[in-house]
Amino acid sequence: MFISSENSPPVFKGFTLVMPAVAVGNVGQLAVDLVVSTLNMSRVGYLHTDCLIPMAGNNPYPTCKEDAEELHTAAEVYSSAELKLAVLQIRAPILQTKSKKFRQLIVSWVKSSGFSRTVVLSSSHAYQRDDQQLQGTPLRYLVTPALQKVSEDALKELGWREMERVSAFPGITDGNTEPRLYIPGGGITKGLYTDSCTEDVPLAVLLIFCSEGDNIPDAFALVNHLNDWLHLLDSPSQQPNKWKIPTSWSLLFGSGIPPALF
Amino acid sequence: MATFFGEVLSVYSRAVEEDEEELEENEEDEQIRRELEEKREVHLQWSPDVSESLRSGNKLQCSDFVLAVGHNAARFLSVCVLNSANWDAVGHASVWNERSRAVTGQTSDESGCVFYRQKANPSVLICQLTCYIAEDQLFQWTEKVFDCLQHRELNVTVLSDSSVADYKAADYLSSNSIPFLRSLNTSVFRGQPVCQSLEQPNILTGIPAAVLNHCQVHRIATVVYQCYSDVIGPDSVTMETYKPALTKLGKSIQLDPSPSTDVLRKFVRSTDIQSNLYI
Repeated sequence: MFISSENSPPVFKGFTLVMPAVAVGNVGQLAVDLVVSTLNMSRVGYLHTDCLIPMAGNNPYPTCKEDAEELHTAAEVYSSAELKLAVLQIRAPILQTKSKKFRQLIVSWVKSSGFSRTVVLSSSHAYQRDDQQLQGTPLRYLVTPALQKVSEDALKELGWREMERVSAFPGITDGNTEPRLYIPGGGITKGLYTDSCTEDVPLAVLLIFCSEGDNIPDAFALVNHLNDWLHLLDSPSQQPNKWKIPTSWSLLFGSGIPPALF
Repeated sequence: MATFFGEVLSVYSRAVEEDEEELEENEEDEQIRRELEEKREVHLQWSPDVSESLRSGNKLQCSDFVLAVGHNAARFLSVCVLNSANWDAVGHASVWNERSRAVTGQTSDESGCVFYRQKANPSVLICQLTCYIAEDQLFQWTEKVFDCLQHRELNVTVLSDSSVADYKAADYLSSNSIPFLRSLNTSVFRGQPVCQSLEQPNILTGIPAAVLNHCQVHRIATVVYQCYSDVIGPDSVTMETYKPALTKLGKSIQLDPSPSTDVLRKFVRSTDIQSNLYI
């Protein structure tokens, strides 16, 4: 359920929605963090639902001392009116038994808000790639027929690689098994994509093959990939550090070391 | 999938089906799942007069709600507040999950979450929560409890235990600074918390987070005091750190500033038995 944090509900008509899928290495969530903190987006509401495990913390993107102490929750919506961009950040895992309900909630919210397109940032297990997927770039995309119609030229120009359908049993040729979409470790990505296909929602999935570990480089790769399409920042490829890393990324690998060790 | 005789059947192997949902579910599976879900539901039981008024549509008039999560926080309330005999137990919540012990006929799970109301001023409510609430029950517990409370002019204070191992800091914490308090409050909370705010990248989870989420979206003034301690069992030093948080509520809750050792002993001793290392 979307709850506005302002007194008047935000208008998303014609906006682009960027959201992560909670997936391998949390790459989508990290990439979304970069977008929100770099573009200085403001929070406009919460997604309050029993499908997510509750968490709370202070402002993950503080710019000064004054705004550091501000409560933030498990799923929040940020918006930038001049860019016509809305961002949904999800900071907690989805309860396994409720992932279907969560997908339905997202799809119905996307439909009722009138977003012109939705981009899901996701990731998939690198070790489960098949032979054709091992070659070249680790970045892939998927679009629903509803978005394909309107963005066909733009996508062709970008020259991106579509996520390959893989055979169910590699090495075994069998006429009966059709190649299928398979996104291991992608969480709700595949379900969200197939739901959007049937519901005629214009949605794209951008994903990267990666492994768990230090996933910051993967997040930068994914967000640059997104930027090639949406042009949120001007040519960040010349200045690779134009994205602003939020303070909440500090101590990603634990606390400081006791000085008495040395 | 190949059979023993080498025929290839077009059945998805479960081994490569990670994260694939919507597996064909038969009726029996579904029934088991439904029953489990029912069993995991949170139930609130109120005393006859409270449930009577709730049934007639009147929510509990509540100006201050103090929630203690964890053994230290709960025992702190037992020692310094509830000991004064001005309190009535008005209800409890029963929760069943994977950590509930399989005891028949015992009320151990019920005593894990008890609500008390002040005799003189019934708008002050206290909850002691010491039982484990599973991740899928946090949201539900919070919804159900806050559904019984009048939201207008409600102030919520949460005291919560945590291990210092969960606290992230760039500088190494010296042991004489432990235990310490950190606070987190909703945007409508007016007033000054008694301690430093919780620094990023630290976060809260569990019941305190669920309460904060609920109160943030419903605009209820709430403050959570999280105590980071390095002692596993209940101890008086950790309990002491909660004191400033409750002295703030001085007008509605009388705090016993120096509880007698007898009282303290009653609530702290029970953990001594657990270690048999040096018998």
